[in-house]
Amino acid sequence: MTERVPVLRIGDVLLVSIQVDLEDQTVLNLQEDLAEQIVSRAARGVVIDITAVEIVDSFVGRMLATIASISRLLDAETVVVGMRPAVAITLVELGLSLGGVRTALDLEKGLALLRRAAADTDRR
Amino acid sequence: MNVPWAAGQVPRTQGIAQNDDVVRARQQVRGHAQQCKLSLVDQTKFITAASELARNTLVYGGGGEMRSGLVERDGRRGVAAVFEDSGPGIPDIELALTDGWTSGGGLGLGLSGARRLVDEFFLDTEAGRGTTVSIVKWSR
Ligand SMILES: Nc1ncnc2c1ncn2[C@@H]1O[C@H](COP(=O)(O)OP(=O)(O)OP(=O)(O)O)[C@@H](O)[C@H]1O
Ligand SMILES: [Mg+2]
Repeated sequence: MTERVPVLRIGDVLLVSIQVDLEDQTVLNLQEDLAEQIVSRAARGVVIDITAVEIVDSFVGRMLATIASISRLLDAETVVVGMRPAVAITLVELGLSLGGVRTALDLEKGLALLRRAAADTDRR
Repeated sequence: MNVPWAAGQVPRTQGIAQNDDVVRARQQVRGHAQQCKLSLVDQTKFITAASELARNTLVYGGGGEMRSGLVERDGRRGVAAVFEDSGPGIPDIELALTDGWTSGGGLGLGLSGARRLVDEFFLDTEAGRGTTVSIVKWSR
């Protein structure tokens, strides 16, 4: 019995706010839920808020990278917001630089980034 | 190695047999890291290293246990965690400690990354006997 992280929708953006220390199965469930909902709710963007997250290890780091790749294939952009400085320092030392993952300092900046990305694609 | 547990302190044991035990191991280690007043960055590094090792104990070691607590040496205080399993062991230590090497579907960063995140790292393993990894972070 694993819990599921709620996925909210604001316009065409899915918002996930991670509030508790997640076990691995919950992380995998979230990955699947997001992939499904990007399609079923026709989302153009995903924001993952990790403001409350105290540690990101290789498992959660890989999940963030995987969600970013999956959403790109499904025509949506992912932004990770609110990473704590100590988490960033630790991730780099761990060897995970999350090169393919877009980040923003907070939710507002993350949403702005997605709006800009959407405007760019529409222009093309 | 002999972990220099602080006098009068009994390390706490957390069994690692299922997914949510990895969460419990992280929480136990967080408590000890705060207790010995590691800086926030050092706490984060230590808990992250412990999380990697706890998952390895579960996934590759087939389960085992973690002991953690405060340590003391030459007047310095720190925090330690020992992960022990009686799984298959690691046949090639050099290889296992290489960034990016995995025998499963991981990123191969757990062991090598954990070693970088702590001050002391000891890996004791033998094919067929099991694996014990001990880590220490000293407070500055
Ligand atoms: N307790 C253990 N018992 C047996 N083998 C282990 C143990 N811990 C690690 N290993 C071996 O060492 C390899 C490297 O471990 P490491 O944690 O670095 O990478 P990973 O677990 O494969 O991937 P990641 O941790 O990045 O998700 C593992 O793939 C496994 O073969
Ligand atoms: Mg690992």
